Amino acid sequence: MIRFDRVSFTYPDALVPALHEVSFEVPEGELCLVIGPTGSGKSTLLRAVNGLVPRFTGGRLTGTVSVDGRPTEAWAPRELADIVGVVGQDPAAGFVTDLVEDELAYVMENLGVDPSMMRRRVEDVLDLLGLHDLRQRPLATLSGGQQQRVAIGSVLTAGPRVLVLDEPTSALDPAAAEEVLAALTRLVHDLGITVLVAEHRLERVVQYADRVVIVGGDDPAAVDAPSGGPAAGRVSVGAPVDQLAVSPVVPPVVALGRAVGWTPLPLSVRDARRRAGELRGHLVGVDPPARRARSGEVLARTTGLFAGYGSLTALRDVDFEIRSGEVVALMGRNGAGKSTLLSQLVGLAAPQRGSVDLAGSAPHTLAAREVVRRAGLVPQDGAVLLYHDTVEAECSASDHDAGLPAGATRRMLDRLVPGLAPDAHPRDLSEGQRLGLSLAIVLSAEPPLVLLDEPTRGLDYAAKHRLAEIIAELAAEGRGVVVATHDVEVVAEVADRAVVLAEGEIVADGPARDVVVHSPVFAPQVAKVMAPEAWLTVAEVVAALPAGVRA
Amino acid sequence: MNRRSRVVRRFLHPGAWWLWAGCGAFVALRTTNPLLLGLLLAVVAYVVVCRRSDAPWAHTFSAALRLGALVIVIRVVFQVVFGNRIPGTTLFTLPAVDLPDWAGGVSVGGPVTLESVVGAAYQGLRLAVVIACFAAASSLCSPYRLLRSLPSVLYEAGVAVSVALTAAPQAVVSARRVREARRLRGRSGRGLRTWTDVALPVLEGALERSVALAASMDARGYGRRGSAAPMARRGAAGLTMLGLMAAAVGSYGLLDASAPFVLGVPALSLGLLALAGALLLGGRRSQRSRYRPDPWAFPEWVTAFSALAMVVGIVVAGRAGAVLEPSVQPLEWPSLPWAAAAGIAVGVLPAWLTPLPPMLATLDAGPTAPERRSLPKPWPPAAPSLSVSPSRAEAAP
Repeated sequence: MIRFDRVSFTYPDALVPALHEVSFEVPEGELCLVIGPTGSGKSTLLRAVNGLVPRFTGGRLTGTVSVDGRPTEAWAPRELADIVGVVGQDPAAGFVTDLVEDELAYVMENLGVDPSMMRRRVEDVLDLLGLHDLRQRPLATLSGGQQQRVAIGSVLTAGPRVLVLDEPTSALDPAAAEEVLAALTRLVHDLGITVLVAEHRLERVVQYADRVVIVGGDDPAAVDAPSGGPAAGRVSVGAPVDQLAVSPVVPPVVALGRAVGWTPLPLSVRDARRRAGELRGHLVGVDPPARRARSGEVLARTTGLFAGYGSLTALRDVDFEIRSGEVVALMGRNGAGKSTLLSQLVGLAAPQRGSVDLAGSAPHTLAAREVVRRAGLVPQDGAVLLYHDTVEAECSASDHDAGLPAGATRRMLDRLVPGLAPDAHPRDLSEGQRLGLSLAIVLSAEPPLVLLDEPTRGLDYAAKHRLAEIIAELAAEGRGVVVATHDVEVVAEVADRAVVLAEGEIVADGPARDVVVHSPVFAPQVAKVMAPEAWLTVAEVVAALPAGVRA
Repeated sequence: MNRRSRVVRRFLHPGAWWLWAGCGAFVALRTTNPLLLGLLLAVVAYVVVCRRSDAPWAHTFSAALRLGALVIVIRVVFQVVFGNRIPGTTLFTLPAVDLPDWAGGVSVGGPVTLESVVGAAYQGLRLAVVIACFAAASSLCSPYRLLRSLPSVLYEAGVAVSVALTAAPQAVVSARRVREARRLRGRSGRGLRTWTDVALPVLEGALERSVALAASMDARGYGRRGSAAPMARRGAAGLTMLGLMAAAVGSYGLLDASAPFVLGVPALSLGLLALAGALLLGGRRSQRSRYRPDPWAFPEWVTAFSALAMVVGIVVAGRAGAVLEPSVQPLEWPSLPWAAAAGIAVGVLPAWLTPLPPMLATLDAGPTAPERRSLPKPWPPAAPSLSVSPSRAEAAP
């Protein structure tokens, strides 16, 4: 159905090709998962399917990409609209109309579908994706998961035989992600649509995949990467089980399977749980390692805090404190008030009621220079922190802003995302690399309190692991770290304390282990495999196992 | 009569609303009589309040009223500082500066008379009412809906316009985020650097969004080749351009009494003919189809009729010699031309005789907190509201 024949692609002004001699085929009706490290060219590969690469990017593409026998060099994306539907990373960026129903009909209007047929297909898609309650809603009022489902629906109404999705769940909370993935599997199983999907958080999708394409990255710091994966810019294709044995990025259940030598590797919690009886037996009576206790001095505190925008109150009566040397995970649905709490801690807005205390002052009254020395926030879209046109200029500006010796930001950057070219434009970096750069800029000011809003969005496991190491080091240096995130695996890895927000109120606040283990939504994969014992990460389990059991 | 259309909630045809608002603006342009302008403003505001939906775009009207007030203030201030010296009742005297001849001999300051201030206020009010009319149209139906009902030959140009329209509010949001981000980097203060720091990322962001939107539209079949030959396509585009230009010149000729006759009716007719030709040519090549097109039924006819009544009223009043531009020298209390006032009053009919718009935001009862941010306040406040009240109640303890 989708065929890549010796495809190489080089971005304009790039020295190294992003894709190199890529050849593979996706047969009809398969769900094909594209994985690979941050910045390895997954998005490039996906957008080449209907010719958006190179038509919207420039650059040079050799070889042939064809869909259903139509080569993209002869068929422009619009001429392929009836067989390929492409959904980008940010669904809202692609919306053309303003009501759900109109958005669904848009592609059919362009294709000239007969009005009565259009009406029927819109109804079908509304039902298929569970959108019928939303049909007349303005798109701007939808939540992230709803927007993503509308975006999928808006290409599905054309009746495409191929669906291409770039990280459809990366911005969603666990429940909304389930919603989208359930819709996807339904399309594959009930309608036989061929799906090509890229995803960083493999734990969510790998169990549904028929085939896995690994795009090789040139990431020297990839952890636990067994040899045998593809080189940079090249791909390897195969069944999920075989591919994950060599993949540089794997979900926790697979990592656990690798660590204890299970073959074939388990792909889902269900698979792993069936095999884990013996493993749990080895750990009876062993307590998981304790996390850091709350001991340091209070860095910031909110008392009876109400905050929000205009007439809206996003936080209600929140009492929260963060001490030096602890890592706090802030969890909750999209829109539960996590970002508002973080922005209150650095004084981006005045509280509506109650107070915020940041090292003795109310942060919204402090000068910006004063705030960054006390607390650093990396906002959700880290790219807004970047102004300059090269990585090097960003780093030296950051050294200058924070009054640091030259090169300090660059060193921090190399620790997070190694090997960025100094003259690369920040907007040409991949999502993960860009985030790494903004993180480096904020961390370079050495604030005692570090606030990270969704830092793992777009990061692969290796980058997440490095982020976790950095967070642990920051905590060891006596800093307080608050991480607002949907990513339960990151919470499992780094957090000492977890705070769950719902509708602007704190509904849980306690040791991370207690808070996440028994929640069906927030429990990490390892906890689900090892339940009822409270283990959170593969590393914890492996370290506690008797030597003979480890692979 | 047509009770059913009153019961079933639906959007009125966007063309009807724009016709109504356009006629309102025409009436406003023909008069400076504050009584007529006030009546027109009241009619427009009443219809908006009765018939706007709860969608985000329906909230431009109050902003437009504020803008209108600002326009009046600016017009009066300019008159006070730079305006012609109309003799009359002196309110106060500003220190006068006569600019030299090479600067046009403009005088700044001097005695400020009641007559000049009132005249300026009349003109400011007229502009404010025109603004309110167009804001009413865009509150009553979304710009995209109007676009959808355009003939397909204009559709592609229209999409470009609508993309440009959405860019402005998005730029405001993105500027706020960039300013916040500056603070996060420890930069504060003002000056040139602030501007470059904020403007560049905002512009880059806008460009990126446009490219992303263009890619999404292209991937969804926007601008697919029709079956028609390239010649017909180019012909239609050329005729459209020619027609629009001729129509613009023609309307100008009609409004400006001193323009030569040929720039009036003949130019306008030529433009309309060219546009009709373009529609025919373009309609043949287009393979676009339309999803649930808005019907043109009884309520639309009522709206169109009330729009025409407003125009007829003011024209008849003008012909009959009524005072549409009340004298400010000597200053007189303006009289109310009854024909014009009656015409404008008919313009209120759509407030009662058109269907209510569908409820959009309140269909789903359980939006979470930040979603509410973009939800409008329900109107009228006493209306059953599923969406907003809890957070309000909490916010005002």
